[in-house]
Amino acid sequence: MLAGFARTELDPAMARALRLEIEEFHAEYCAALDEDRIADWPSFFAEDAIYRITGRENADSGLPVGLVYCEGKGMLRDRALAIARTEMFAPRYLQHHVTNLRILGVADAVVAAQANYLVLQTLVDERTTLHQAGRYYDRFARIGGRLLLRERHCVYDTLLIDNTLVMPI
Amino acid sequence: MPDSARPEIEESASAALDYIWPAEGLARIPDWVYTSQTIYEREVERIFHGRCWNFVALEAEIPEPGDFKRSFVGPTPVVVARAMDGAIHVFENRCAHRGAEFCRPYRGNAREFVCPYHQWTYDLTGKLAAVPFRRGLAGEGGMPQGFNLEAHGVRRLAVATRNGVVFASFAADTEPLEDYLGSEMLEDFDAVFDGRKLKILGYYRNTVPANWKMYHENLKDPYHATLLHSYLVTFGLLVAGNKSAMIVDPTGRHGTMASARSDAVKIDRDSQREMRAFHEDLRLADPRLMDYVREFRSPWSVTMQTIWPTMIVQRELNTLGTRQIVPMGPNEFAMIWTMFGYEGDSDEMLRHRLRQGNLMGPAGFLGLEDNEAMKFVQDGLRKSRDGAAMVELGGTAEGSATTLITEAAIRALYRHWRGVMGV
Repeated sequence: MLAGFARTELDPAMARALRLEIEEFHAEYCAALDEDRIADWPSFFAEDAIYRITGRENADSGLPVGLVYCEGKGMLRDRALAIARTEMFAPRYLQHHVTNLRILGVADAVVAAQANYLVLQTLVDERTTLHQAGRYYDRFARIGGRLLLRERHCVYDTLLIDNTLVMPI
Repeated sequence: MPDSARPEIEESASAALDYIWPAEGLARIPDWVYTSQTIYEREVERIFHGRCWNFVALEAEIPEPGDFKRSFVGPTPVVVARAMDGAIHVFENRCAHRGAEFCRPYRGNAREFVCPYHQWTYDLTGKLAAVPFRRGLAGEGGMPQGFNLEAHGVRRLAVATRNGVVFASFAADTEPLEDYLGSEMLEDFDAVFDGRKLKILGYYRNTVPANWKMYHENLKDPYHATLLHSYLVTFGLLVAGNKSAMIVDPTGRHGTMASARSDAVKIDRDSQREMRAFHEDLRLADPRLMDYVREFRSPWSVTMQTIWPTMIVQRELNTLGTRQIVPMGPNEFAMIWTMFGYEGDSDEMLRHRLRQGNLMGPAGFLGLEDNEAMKFVQDGLRKSRDGAAMVELGGTAEGSATTLITEAAIRALYRHWRGVMGV
């Protein structure tokens, strides 16, 4: 578990309603990544969002580094633009699978949640591989009637990364 | 069968199997340098287990007595431990009894190491301290009378440190670390490791499906930096025309790719046409990524240093790290990145380093492109026969250069490598 993401008491009916809404969020978020709509990816985040991908060894030891570390939506847009326009990498198909969603609590209208994720990757002329197994630690805020990520920490168990991680998680 | 009677195809296969270097000399690097299991095994014997200093740890990772970390010398697992007297010891992570790799966590603190299989116990220096039932039970069994604990510890390596960086060597007669690095390398090494205490920010680990030497070559190849990496080119970090240097030590094995940031680079139209990676219209929404806070006694804003055979020192503006190469056979290696700042960094400086970390690592704007390109090359070599790389930029010059458009440092590396390997 990531520090700051302990489960707190929550009204069960409210938790169920949030679960539905966040499941929809995950499905749309993953569809954008899996369908190569990287330009849409920043739209799932609030302006002041924190986005970090880090290994579980770092998360467990409280080490702050991120494989990807973005402070604010501008950095997310820059990464999306780089992937779309300038980065050199082999073509690939990706599938993001999200399960075991837990609503952890609501405080000051911010919803904390976690979920497990798997990322499958397929390169040209290669077998499909399990590229990442990890867990999302999220905080959502309701902005303009829509849930947006204020914070997303992608903590992966798959510490030895197979060559590169090109797309966000 | 006399040679003259051999069909031509056998002749060429035989030349590859005998590891005969192409007639063009250092202008060619034959594929078997990167793909042969026989060559790889000789590298383990003569390089990783030979008279080399291998980077194994930063002292900041093991500050207290009893602190340890898993590490590697070439492909060989080792433990780096700080004993109760504060001295650092490096020993093989392989039980003297049945060979088990006994130390499993990445890091920790311990008073001793116990192999879980039969509980042979080693102290923090790697000495065998206890063997259960050594005298047998009720007068039966046990180790032979003459069994001597002293003679059966795990294999211990020579250790050398400089300003908080720990190196190990399997050879007892490796030259002193300062001589091994040489004055050309020490200048930029000491700019990063200047005696200030390091603060570990975290780790990345990845495999690269390529020969381990390609990582050295990539950082001795300033030519690629101006062509492959849009971030370097577009934001003026390293472009043809910047003040830059490829610095090579006299042996040819180490190198520093250095450049000085130029804030207002105007790239002329001719150069733009040469560089497909240049995007004039590309602007960062958050330009903090490329900020450079001057903090080093160095004319360079970037130094990427390859310390033969397993270390890279990364100083890319303000993002700092070591990279450790762990070869896994001829066709693959692992890379362990240890990212750090300094004790006393302000919160803003810490976060600046973290933001700038987006440039490097297996998801970094520069790092991922390097890893992808190396995979492309190894795929090309693995799937064909009897080819050779062409290394002719800059003619036959070897060693240091002030132009980026040269492969002189790669030729110098292979002059050294061929001498050690006897090919």
